[in-house]
Amino acid sequence: MNATKSENAFSFADTLNGENEFDSDEDDFESENEIEFENEIEFENETEFENENSGEPAPSFSTGKVKKKIIEVKDLDLWYGNNHALKNISIGIPKNKVFAFIGPSGCGKSTFLRTMNRMNDMISNCRIEGEIYIDNENIYAKETDVNDLRKRVGMVFQKANPFPMSIYDNVAYGPRIHGVSKKKIPGIVEESLKGAALWKEVKDRLKDSAFSLSGGQQQRLCIARTLAVKPEIILFDEPCSALDPISTRKIEELITKLKKEYTIIIVTHNMQQAARISDYTAFFLSGELVETGKTVHIFENPQDERTEGYITGRFG
Amino acid sequence: MSKRSIRDFKEKSMKSLFFIGGITTILVLLLIFVFLFAEALNFFKTYSLIEFFTGTQWMPGASPERFGILPLLAGSVIVTAGAIIIAVPIGILSAIYIAELAGPRTAGILKPAVELLAGIPSVVLGFFGLVILVPHIQSIFNLTTGQTALTGSIILAIMALPTIISVSEDAISSVPSALKQGSFALGSNHWQTIYKVIVPASISGISAAIILGIGRAIGETMAVMMVTGNMAIIPGSDLFLSSVRTITATIALEMGEVARGTEHYFALFAIGAVLFVMTIGVNLIAEAIKRKHRLEA
Repeated sequence: MNATKSENAFSFADTLNGENEFDSDEDDFESENEIEFENEIEFENETEFENENSGEPAPSFSTGKVKKKIIEVKDLDLWYGNNHALKNISIGIPKNKVFAFIGPSGCGKSTFLRTMNRMNDMISNCRIEGEIYIDNENIYAKETDVNDLRKRVGMVFQKANPFPMSIYDNVAYGPRIHGVSKKKIPGIVEESLKGAALWKEVKDRLKDSAFSLSGGQQQRLCIARTLAVKPEIILFDEPCSALDPISTRKIEELITKLKKEYTIIIVTHNMQQAARISDYTAFFLSGELVETGKTVHIFENPQDERTEGYITGRFG
Repeated sequence: MSKRSIRDFKEKSMKSLFFIGGITTILVLLLIFVFLFAEALNFFKTYSLIEFFTGTQWMPGASPERFGILPLLAGSVIVTAGAIIIAVPIGILSAIYIAELAGPRTAGILKPAVELLAGIPSVVLGFFGLVILVPHIQSIFNLTTGQTALTGSIILAIMALPTIISVSEDAISSVPSALKQGSFALGSNHWQTIYKVIVPASISGISAAIILGIGRAIGETMAVMMVTGNMAIIPGSDLFLSSVRTITATIALEMGEVARGTEHYFALFAIGAVLFVMTIGVNLIAEAIKRKHRLEA
């Protein structure tokens, strides 16, 4: 049911404040992080939500947290210069599920996605506070190897960005840079292309330029390229926004299939898409996480009127 | 005349003014081409084409006079090749540094500095070569003279560098950031991204830069003439350390003394025509590569 929701609330309560009640949690948050007014509302909502669902069976986080939640985000704030782009985000991402981030343009959903493989590091005036744990390891800790992180957390971009080389070399790129032995590479390439449902279409033309493929094929090639480095998590940043409906459907089917082996987070503008393929949904607005929970609940019974407004098309 | 017809007239006259401006360049090029080749053809009325292209001696004063282009061609090719060997690695590394690694402030200093380098008159570089480089090369390699192909190559490399750097830097900077991000997202470091994605993606632009650099080097006269010793002989095993004479230097040195209408006079036009064909060829290749690059992008 609304398990994710309650898990989220629990998980930061758990890690930060132990046994404290939620009300005092809020106070702590405020004093520690100087949250703005909007954030307070957000937390109130969460708390309400939590209370409503207090009758639900307790989620298994307390015992099997490591297994259940592959990503834990705690009090994440992000600034581009003086622009406070993400405001005190806390969320937990369950393993082997499809998690959709929705919200209007500029709400911070893509920015938030990019904090998870530290792609924001490349933006010079970007400043981040807070913690993101992947497999219980803070990826913003000093000792984190960013390249290793990005190997574990793959990313597929809005516009297909194959390298200007052959189809084969595109997929082999990742394993090669990570020093996989030459003998294993053909196998990995085939496996990855099969995983991305592209093998049948390209198996006779692996040496052709990646640019000879259609837009949808290029995007699946980019997925294959990501699979080739064997990530645990794959981030999709509006992967279908440049594609026609048929190609979009193929990618969606693929994502549904991929969740068996990978944890998937997808940013999408397309609410139908989020409803179709995701297990969980988070709604972002102006850099805040407004509401999160099981997709069915978010779409059928949103708790926050802003979520409802967005989903029913009143704005966005 | 009505207001409207005045406006039409203005429009038309402006149009033709621009047309004349545009056509002048082409006309000048055509005129040079015709003049050069007409004079060069005169040479072959009296001198064998085969002997010209296969002759190993350039001796205008001898009798009979010998006009073999090979020693001059060898001089031009060796000096240019040396310049390319020196300038290409330095140029590409600088371009990568400016485009990828340098911070905005460093790049802001380096880019104008490179352009400034392009603005140094060749005679100044030649003078620098003669006064500074020549004595050093003489003492380092223990030669009788420091006026060698190597000296010419170094000076030419300095002259070709700005072209190579700025054209390559443009090509590297125009690699879409999506490609870079794609590479980083797979966990590759900056060096791997540069080496395996950025450089291959901009390779046609970089090739064009190199070829334009060659074009600049092969046609250069003054600086080369001042530092290469101008001996019209095909270099032996000492290759870069021998004195050479380039096609350009030959024309510059001999044109002043030659009597108009003589075989020697026409011979200079013939080697000029060869040089012209070479530079045009180099530029066409560069253009073709650039166009291919644009199509790919």
